[in-house]
Amino acid sequence: MAPSKTKQNGHDKAEPKAQGSTEDLLKFYREMLLIRRFEEKAGQLYGMGLIGGFCHLYIGQEAVVTGVQAVAQEGDSIITGYRDHGHMLATEMDPRGVMAELTGRIGGYSKGKGGSMHMFSKEKRFYGGHGIVGSQVSIGTGLAFAHKYSEDGGVAFAYMGDGAVNQGQVYESFNMAALWKLPCVYVIENNQYGMGTSVARASANTELFERGYAYGIPGKQVDGMDVIAVRDHAAKAAEHARSGDGPMILEMMTYRYRGHSMSDPAKYRTREEVSQMRETRDPIEHVRKALLGGEKVSEDDLKAIDKEIRQIVNDAASFAQESPEPDPAELWTDVLVDA
Amino acid sequence: MPIEVLMPALSPTMTEGTLAKWVKSEGDQVAPGDVIAEIETDKATMEVEAVDEGTLAKILVPAGTENVAVNTAIALLAADGEDASAVDAAAKPGSKGDTGESPAEADAKGSPKGQVDSEERADAPPAAAQAAAPPASDEDKYFKETTRMTVREALRDAMAEEMRADQRVFVMGEEVAEYQGAYKVTQGLLQEFGAKRVIDTPITEHGFAGVGVGAAFAGLRPIVEFMTFNFAMQAIDHLINSASKTLYMAGGAMGCPIVFRGPNGAASRVAAQHSQDYASWYAHCPGLKVVAPWSAADAKGLLKSAIRDPNPVVFLENEILYGQNFDVPTDPDFTVPIGRAKIVRPGKDVTVVGYSIMVGKALEAAEALAGEGIDAEVIDLRTLRPLDVATVVESVKKTNRIVSVEEGWPVAGIGAEIAALMMEHAFDYLDAPLARVCAADVPLPYAANLEQLALPQPAAIVKAAKAVCYRT
Repeated sequence: MAPSKTKQNGHDKAEPKAQGSTEDLLKFYREMLLIRRFEEKAGQLYGMGLIGGFCHLYIGQEAVVTGVQAVAQEGDSIITGYRDHGHMLATEMDPRGVMAELTGRIGGYSKGKGGSMHMFSKEKRFYGGHGIVGSQVSIGTGLAFAHKYSEDGGVAFAYMGDGAVNQGQVYESFNMAALWKLPCVYVIENNQYGMGTSVARASANTELFERGYAYGIPGKQVDGMDVIAVRDHAAKAAEHARSGDGPMILEMMTYRYRGHSMSDPAKYRTREEVSQMRETRDPIEHVRKALLGGEKVSEDDLKAIDKEIRQIVNDAASFAQESPEPDPAELWTDVLVDA
Repeated sequence: MPIEVLMPALSPTMTEGTLAKWVKSEGDQVAPGDVIAEIETDKATMEVEAVDEGTLAKILVPAGTENVAVNTAIALLAADGEDASAVDAAAKPGSKGDTGESPAEADAKGSPKGQVDSEERADAPPAAAQAAAPPASDEDKYFKETTRMTVREALRDAMAEEMRADQRVFVMGEEVAEYQGAYKVTQGLLQEFGAKRVIDTPITEHGFAGVGVGAAFAGLRPIVEFMTFNFAMQAIDHLINSASKTLYMAGGAMGCPIVFRGPNGAASRVAAQHSQDYASWYAHCPGLKVVAPWSAADAKGLLKSAIRDPNPVVFLENEILYGQNFDVPTDPDFTVPIGRAKIVRPGKDVTVVGYSIMVGKALEAAEALAGEGIDAEVIDLRTLRPLDVATVVESVKKTNRIVSVEEGWPVAGIGAEIAALMMEHAFDYLDAPLARVCAADVPLPYAANLEQLALPQPAAIVKAAKAVCYRT
């Protein structure tokens, strides 16, 4: 299934693509490139044994979180599953703190005690980073509940993969969110494979944006490789949620270039499929071409951004290697808050 | 300065692999994400992608080489502007390197040790070295003025008082609002606080436990009622993985102040799926506090403490106790600290420890034992995590004998934990091995006679107490 596919019937019909301004495109280029370069560096540090355990890279999916978070407002909250580094960077969490958490160092967001899948920032209202597939959907619904309870006008963005949509608690959450009209935008990042199982082999109905229909939740399928399309659909969904109309589901058709995790040889798909996607559908290349096709941005302008991003990522990588491992005494801290 | 391309580790356990194939040749341009080589491990063939942009200047490890150690330099990449042909051909194959930094720097940084001297662990805050004193309590002074009420009413009053005091507190669960509680514990709360704060949920334990956790993350103070803890098995992932572990996984940056409450253990004739004591399940898990009161006063005082606590608290009630009457202090400032046991009957000959409904059974047993000249001291643990070891140890120092009583099964149960703690903290004071009184190690039967046989009764406690006193 091609990521550009959009459903053409009923209220799920995708709107025509909109153009982004040069400023928007430059912002998105920069943000997506930061995620891309950060993840490549993380992959490299993993290869060097500096990052351990599970490490799920977001390479290929950058347009999704970048476009969605572009419409988030001050006070909105965000939660996702285990493929979470991109979401942290998109909420402007410090790349140093994220990378140092990956290397398990005291300078990491969780002092090295959480790792790749477990980082949080109350300040940025980033609520994880969750390793149990689907759990973030119920918790994200709780974040939306808190927005409504507190009457703070906020919206919760709950991200999940195409694998998570078959978990029972996702539907328990959809039901409650629709029943109570909670301000929640559910973002399904359909990268076509739940680990090694394609959507078609896992889902009786592969139109994942329809998964809320039984609860009256509107859904849209969106080209998740086009950051402008992502942003525009996210804006409508957020407005829907913020105005008290309840939750909405966005199915972002996307693709991950790397394996499910670092140790995935990716035998369930062909090299050609991956190459084809990278060569023809890459979200960053898409924006790059759009920028260069205009009058205002030159190759040199983009090179300058590339250089700046590389510096940020190298700085994060150096910090992540220089920051010490947590003190042994940290073993015993943060189990309970003192009452 | 050329960039070294290193042999990558593709799993946490990989130490070496075979360089199966070069996809790029010397002189080729490469960009980040380009596949440059394939390597084989014992598990799979994987592709090596370039991280940097440049020209593949020199292949250091030829295709087909086996047992290439992780982090060995396998190629040199000339960055933009560098002359690929001028790259130092003398670069030593197999040298260890880093991402563009000098090898010296790389060595200085190194990979994390990941190994520590076991002494470090032994010197760290001890689990077993000494029994910490329980938190102080001024609860006794509130008993000058009391009123008679049921456990059910005491729990309701605790919630109502805390909801009046803190707008962030709300209660959610099945039938808590319009039905007034499946066991009428939330009676009247909807009328006082409205549907916004007293929320009927669908029958959806996994989902609403997660919603509660999310609300707690966001700063609210949820009380999540399970109609019974038997149904919380549907939701236990959120209690453990989401609620109890987050503070630690966040390095203290974010916690989960929430109360999960409801009846636990056997009721009466409701058979195996509705009759289980989960105390040891939850007490096993760091990051949780676990409370299981017996009296109405403790139910009220501990529930108030639980709602105020910044940590996740599992609050185990008992359906049969809901209707029992006790004296409860009238002062709304009365609370009971979590983590403090209570001696409910002083004695000198044998210590009997229990929690929840078993405290009443232990007191019945103590009366019977008194008739036989055995003076039993009965301790209500009240909190199962953190367990008040000090109070139990002090009692054993006096009585030198101990019986543990629980409604749960024996294997890996609370009694097993008490036994281990006594070995660690009171071994020299014991004149007899600890005896456990537990539920029979079977799913709870429905037939009245079998149910009676399966659950711990006062007679079994009497028998165990006499056994540790070497009396027949």
